[in-house]
Amino acid sequence: MTPQDYAYLSKLLNERSGLQLAGDKQYLIESRLLPVARENNCGSIGDLVTKLKAFAEEPLRRRVTEAMTINESFFFRDKTPFDRFQDTVLPYMQKIRGASKRLRIWCAASSTGQEPYSLAMMFKQAGAAFAGWKISIVASDISTEVLEKAKSGLYTQFEVQRGLPIQLLLKYFKQDGDQWRISQELRDMVQYRQHNLLDSFAPLGMFDVIFCRNVLIYFDSKTKQDVLSRISRTLVKDGHLLLGAAETVVGFTNLFAPMPEKRGLYVHAAAKKPQPQLAAMSA
Amino acid sequence: MKRCLIVDDSSVIRKVARRILENFGFSVIEASDGRQALDVCGKEMPEAILLDWNMPVMDGFDFLRALGAMPSGDKPKVVFCTTENDLAHIARAMHAGADEYIMKPFDKEIVEAKFQEVGLI
Repeated sequence: MTPQDYAYLSKLLNERSGLQLAGDKQYLIESRLLPVARENNCGSIGDLVTKLKAFAEEPLRRRVTEAMTINESFFFRDKTPFDRFQDTVLPYMQKIRGASKRLRIWCAASSTGQEPYSLAMMFKQAGAAFAGWKISIVASDISTEVLEKAKSGLYTQFEVQRGLPIQLLLKYFKQDGDQWRISQELRDMVQYRQHNLLDSFAPLGMFDVIFCRNVLIYFDSKTKQDVLSRISRTLVKDGHLLLGAAETVVGFTNLFAPMPEKRGLYVHAAAKKPQPQLAAMSA
Repeated sequence: MKRCLIVDDSSVIRKVARRILENFGFSVIEASDGRQALDVCGKEMPEAILLDWNMPVMDGFDFLRALGAMPSGDKPKVVFCTTENDLAHIARAMHAGADEYIMKPFDKEIVEAKFQEVGLI
């Protein structure tokens, strides 16, 4: 791939998704785009770029963008955010939403579905604590390809072994050929939406908890600020935001405040002080 | 340093698993069947066992049952690591007292995830 081809593809990706490619991602781009090139009768990445430049074909541009944005995911990835969700967010929500018994959660940039399904399993494991609640898990991604995989709930043997305790595999999955399919009951708990984080969040509604992990790191500062600002308007006043291990709001927005000793967990800055129940639970 | 006993009749698997586990800081002992593994456990019980299912002399399932009958106080965490990849085998192993289950083929990340899951890493 020539530097000019790389620059063209980086620009296309940035314009369409806000994501920024570091200068050393040639291998990643080639491995992702060679299959797309072949699908479109192009012998090389260079031919694919020529085709992209020559024809303003929306399906091809979308396909190329999606191929470059697919992120690897696995069940209970990084573990800590799920521990925070379990030990801090859920007890708090159980208390303050006890009357309405409704909870809306958004997994932004959910990739192939492991994150929303991990949350769905946590609710099932909680058993009676959330019996009778209306739990709505909305999972979104820019890529229709990963959303199709997520909806199918079908995972390889390698995928189910990364992060998923064997007892949960036994309980919630069935073998399907040489793969594993998550139960219909759990699939029904998650609604998938094709959504670009650069677009308006308004159609998604408001959420009590937002997981936005391992995607902000790919945005430039301005886009990070914009996305965090719009997340703050999408998260209810007493809601919680969970970011990835390598991500922070510090330096990008003062709309959120980190919870002390709960790395990766944030609340609205304005709501931080008067939260006696939350403080008591996190002690 | 925690001790991990690798029980597998394949020397190649033992070598690969040894490299992974030593990288995680384990002191590794090897056995090529369940009988040898029982002898090791009788002398000094390890903290962890990575256990194959199909082996000559004594298979992994019989070893697990024999281990359960041993009078020793602290029982090791047992992680099956086998080509028996169907639900029935997994359920049988977990019912017999295994703590985790790895389906071959495996890699470093899978071993790490499973050992973390049972608190060994």
